Amino acid sequence: MALLSKKDANLIKDPLADNNPITIQVLGICSALAITAELKASVVMAIAVMFVLGVGNVVISAMRNIIPSKIRIIVQLIVVATLVIVVDQVLKAFAYPLSKTLSVFVGLIITNCIIMGRFEAFALGNGLWRSFLDGIGNSLGYGIILVIVGFFRELLGSGTLFGFPVLGDPIEKTGLYSIGYENNGFMIIPPAALIVVGIIIWVQRSRNPALVEEN
Amino acid sequence: MHELKMKYQGKKMAPAFNAFHTFLFTPNETTHGGTHVKAADDLKRTMNTVIMALIPVLLFSMFNAGYQHYAAIDAANGTPRSLSFFENFLTWDNFWIGIIKVLPLVVVSYGVGLIVEFIFAVIKGHEVEEGYLVTGMLVPLIVPVDTPLWMLAVAVVFGVVIGKEVFGGTGMNILNPALTIRAFLFFAYPTWMSGDKVWVHGAVERAGGPDAISGETILGSLAQNAEVSYSVSDMFFGFIPGSVGETSTLLILIGGLFLIFSKIASWRIMLSAVIGSLVMGLIFNQVVEMGWITETSKFYGLMSFEFWKHLIVGGLAFGIVYMATDPVTGSQTNRGKWIYGFFIGFISVMIRVFNPAYPEGVFLAILLMNVFAPTIDHYVVQANVKRRMKRFKNAVVLPKDTDGKAEELKVETV
Repeated sequence: MALLSKKDANLIKDPLADNNPITIQVLGICSALAITAELKASVVMAIAVMFVLGVGNVVISAMRNIIPSKIRIIVQLIVVATLVIVVDQVLKAFAYPLSKTLSVFVGLIITNCIIMGRFEAFALGNGLWRSFLDGIGNSLGYGIILVIVGFFRELLGSGTLFGFPVLGDPIEKTGLYSIGYENNGFMIIPPAALIVVGIIIWVQRSRNPALVEEN
Repeated sequence: MHELKMKYQGKKMAPAFNAFHTFLFTPNETTHGGTHVKAADDLKRTMNTVIMALIPVLLFSMFNAGYQHYAAIDAANGTPRSLSFFENFLTWDNFWIGIIKVLPLVVVSYGVGLIVEFIFAVIKGHEVEEGYLVTGMLVPLIVPVDTPLWMLAVAVVFGVVIGKEVFGGTGMNILNPALTIRAFLFFAYPTWMSGDKVWVHGAVERAGGPDAISGETILGSLAQNAEVSYSVSDMFFGFIPGSVGETSTLLILIGGLFLIFSKIASWRIMLSAVIGSLVMGLIFNQVVEMGWITETSKFYGLMSFEFWKHLIVGGLAFGIVYMATDPVTGSQTNRGKWIYGFFIGFISVMIRVFNPAYPEGVFLAILLMNVFAPTIDHYVVQANVKRRMKRFKNAVVLPKDTDGKAEELKVETV
């Protein structure tokens, strides 16, 4: 790694696995449940969060010495809100149907705990470059879970991936459907995402018992 | 078998062999520690008692599967048949349908469920537990007769892993595994789990064709404000369409009494659930009588259904006797059992009436109360603690002027 020092590289690598925002810190669950019924929506959501968190972290980090600590939450909110509105408008302009599916959840990025959490915990105390890397790393960690959940939910629930029918046509009864397979309606509804996230947490913790919390 | 068990002692696969061994023989180990309680009603005996209570239901359901199939065909041909127990119910033709439709459900449920149990026992290194024996028998009885076997297999894997193993296996689960399986099937494959086709064998295949037959349940017809053609005795004895084993209230009642007398299941839960459903049914009947809803209301059919009949149609009786009384997921305290049971009955009937999409609200009601059972227990225990604390305080504060009063207090505080 010539590009990044080891310390910096860890900023990206840690949130991907051992300090994942969703499975370890259990933040940002609501959006993970709501929009992962389709893989496409998951990917777009991941990109949107990456933009907001990457840029937001840099902005907060740049202002960290001039923000009075009493009003820092308000300042953070304004930064997130601005960025989210930008994302929302871009989506509405260039991907209108998708922004319909994501509906209110783009706006709700503002309340995504991961973003405020990283502002508070990291950007307020670190330099620009490191804050940027931290933002990218955490949003990647968030995105990877979104994509995994979206993959399973779309594949099992609708038999498609990115909207392409990969298992055959359920109405024409081709492919897997010709032998009596049917889509699992349970995977479409949000509780299924909770169970899929739960299974990911289970798998991750049984592979690395150090992550299991004491109780 | 003994040799196999000895050979694999201490190895990874040991639990699997031990399970087969203890299933067939008396274990050759004795307990080693100090004090222990010797009792005949161990887990295996308990489970077997419940299965014995389920056998009549299973046999009846096999005949009924065939009877409903042929009766529906006759009805579609314009010659509704009248029931004659020995002539057209207890026949080989009917039983044969039962064998080819119901038996595979049982086999798949047990096979898949036990494979999952064995895998987990081997991974975790504990003994295979008997918990699945009852679940495996309940599952085929609470699904529609035409449920595709692979769906059942998927649901069983889901139910056993998510409903039970993640919580730590038998005795640790929050939700009843059999109902978890049923709920998974319902939400995953609603076309096979509800509607007016799936309840009678063959109705789905024949749908749309010239030989289409009806597979509607009584509750389904009521939800559409349609007339019900079954008599009360049909409903009670179980000659009606429905999930495999839920139809015969009589046999469920016998099984329930058997469970009560063998002290396996709690009569408090059963009785209070019956009361709960009757109360809710009465409320709805009153609403109809007061004229608050008209005949055009979509709730009219189910609301005007006489309150006591709710007990003999659908899965309510089966759910109360075999599901609600699950000692693991139900309330543990006696007062808690009354509350728990009452709400199961109450909510079941409420879901039935208010949500025609879920005429079988029973499994949802029981799952919901499963979740609340520990909370109910908590408050019952807290109330008890509080009451005793109060009694304790009074006993100390009151003057002990006469012997009689002091004695009285003594009795009270003990």
